[in-house]
Amino acid sequence: MRIYDLPDAKGHFGPYGGVFVSETLISALEDLKAAYARFKGDPAFHAEFEYELKHYVGRPSPIYHARRWSEHFGGAQVYLKREDLNHTGAHKINNVIGQALLARHLGKPRVIAETGAGQHGVATATIAARYGMECVVYMGSEDIKRQAQNVYRMKLLGAAVVPVESGSKTLKDALNEAMRDWVTNVENTFYIIGTVAGPHPYPMMVRDFQSVIGKEALEQMPEVAGRQPDAVLACVGGGSNAIGIFHPYITHEAVRLIGVEAAGYGIETGKHSATLCAGRAGVLHGNRTYLLQDENGQIVETHSISAGLDYPGVGPEHAWLKDSGRAEYVAVTDDEALEAFHKLCRLEGIIPALESSHALAYAAKIAPRMRPDQILLVNLSGRGDKDMHTVAEKSGLNL
Amino acid sequence: MSRIADTFARLRQEGRKALIPFFTAGDPDPASCVPVMHALVAGGADIIELGVPFSDPMADGPVIQRSSERALRNGVSLRDVIGWVAEFRKTDSQTPVVLMGYANPVEAMGEERFAKVAREAGVDGVLVVDYPPEEAHNLVGILDAAGLDTVFLLSPTTSDARLREVAALGRGYLYYVSLKGVTGAANIDTAEVSRRLQHIRGFTGLPVGVGFGIRDGETARAVAQVADAVVIGSRLVQELEAAPARAAPRAQAFLAGIRTAMDGSKAA
Repeated sequence: MRIYDLPDAKGHFGPYGGVFVSETLISALEDLKAAYARFKGDPAFHAEFEYELKHYVGRPSPIYHARRWSEHFGGAQVYLKREDLNHTGAHKINNVIGQALLARHLGKPRVIAETGAGQHGVATATIAARYGMECVVYMGSEDIKRQAQNVYRMKLLGAAVVPVESGSKTLKDALNEAMRDWVTNVENTFYIIGTVAGPHPYPMMVRDFQSVIGKEALEQMPEVAGRQPDAVLACVGGGSNAIGIFHPYITHEAVRLIGVEAAGYGIETGKHSATLCAGRAGVLHGNRTYLLQDENGQIVETHSISAGLDYPGVGPEHAWLKDSGRAEYVAVTDDEALEAFHKLCRLEGIIPALESSHALAYAAKIAPRMRPDQILLVNLSGRGDKDMHTVAEKSGLNL
Repeated sequence: MSRIADTFARLRQEGRKALIPFFTAGDPDPASCVPVMHALVAGGADIIELGVPFSDPMADGPVIQRSSERALRNGVSLRDVIGWVAEFRKTDSQTPVVLMGYANPVEAMGEERFAKVAREAGVDGVLVVDYPPEEAHNLVGILDAAGLDTVFLLSPTTSDARLREVAALGRGYLYYVSLKGVTGAANIDTAEVSRRLQHIRGFTGLPVGVGFGIRDGETARAVAQVADAVVIGSRLVQELEAAPARAAPRAQAFLAGIRTAMDGSKAA
């Protein structure tokens, strides 16, 4: 693949993506598209974005050779892209800064966001505080119960957290509700979507902002490992950290791209979030993509131990990368992710997010079968502080 | 001519405007769907918009969201909704029925198959809320071939370029969403609606219905003075929500009140 220039002008990645929204939202999306096109080519905007990434987020994030973990496998060398070291503890902030800058340039004093685990909500509340913007975060009432600490964090940062009681009361419903807010308040409001889903231009825009991860890795790998990796691995819920590290590697065809979904209790149980592995194409949240749905086209409830992967859709670009064969998508269970979580804690002194632990778990599966001169690069998309309660509970402890 | 075109032609001759109620099929319960449809006709409906429930009704406000959730809890599928239209048709061959819903249930059934069974059941038109014209060319072709009208939404922010596209693709009538926001939102500004409709009529000869924000006889009458059709959804769904055991009589009484107020507009 020598050139890769998707999406097309209407936001399509092959048959996926596009703009599947009510007419009432179209003009807001057209305005956003025009604004983004303007700023995408503006060196001053890029300079501002890069300044924030360097001085506020702490980029570039390092690439770290997990030597003891690699030795433990006796196979491939595993390197970690340390997005967990970013301010607010995950890759989410890269995208939020990009969109918040756009909001500021468009003169929108109010930003809204949807959140599942709360990481994107925290990142949005953080930037809203930094820029003095009003911030409203929509969060499913079920998720609010599970993520009390992040809810409090958002409130500390000055955001209003609105519980969403409709549907399954989780991330997908929070996204619906944020869209409803946006269509009603579009004059003064910018909707900061947290993943590479939603109607065009969101999947493209979020990808562009997150691509900083892969661009850095392309430069860093020759320095720290002497060459590019044999494979890049990342967890996939909506897919923003994965597309962020994959995208700059798409044209490097020798590098395998492996997206790791959440198999939950096991795909065969039906309680999972493995959209690309077990779903089929449909339309949700403004784009065509793979979905977990029943035979009547209703979206089904998903399960994962990691709230950030608990989403019944996936970014349309991943759907395209799957069909085109450029990326592979696999799934690991809650238990496999937990095992990798504990291993990384004990062998490397790094507490990974449960989301990222899925990518680590798949690395743990394939590394032992590889040669010691082969290299895996895993996107460690976030840190696990937020998951203490979940992990403790799984171990029979009550913190 | 389609049943929808016939209906508008007849109303034009009579100097009346169309009244189009919307409710979600299978809410408050599956058994009430066909009786409520007949009751709406008895109450003065000219066309029925029958909502197909979806798990993620992104363009709807809380009232229609709740009705969609109730219908889904009742296990209602697109197949059921089409079946109820067939049952309705046994005793009503006049009143056009438009299915209104979201893309995914239609795609899950398959557009070709959907068009075929909907046509056979006596459905007249289809409005897929999350298919703007850009993404609807394929569906319009399939529905055209089956003799079904594809109805599109217009909003206060629809540009002239898009108006042209919608005018070219739309069949039966166009549905002007009078407000920014979701269904069931705030109040309607009839002077503004009147200005917009005049503008829209420069692009299309299709009848234009107005919905979103029509709450009572008074707003219905005001809108009927400028539009070809008045669509009333959330308020009707609220009536059904308030009296689930008496859904059909409640629907009829409510709609009759709107009809009376609207027809008073002839004199105004």
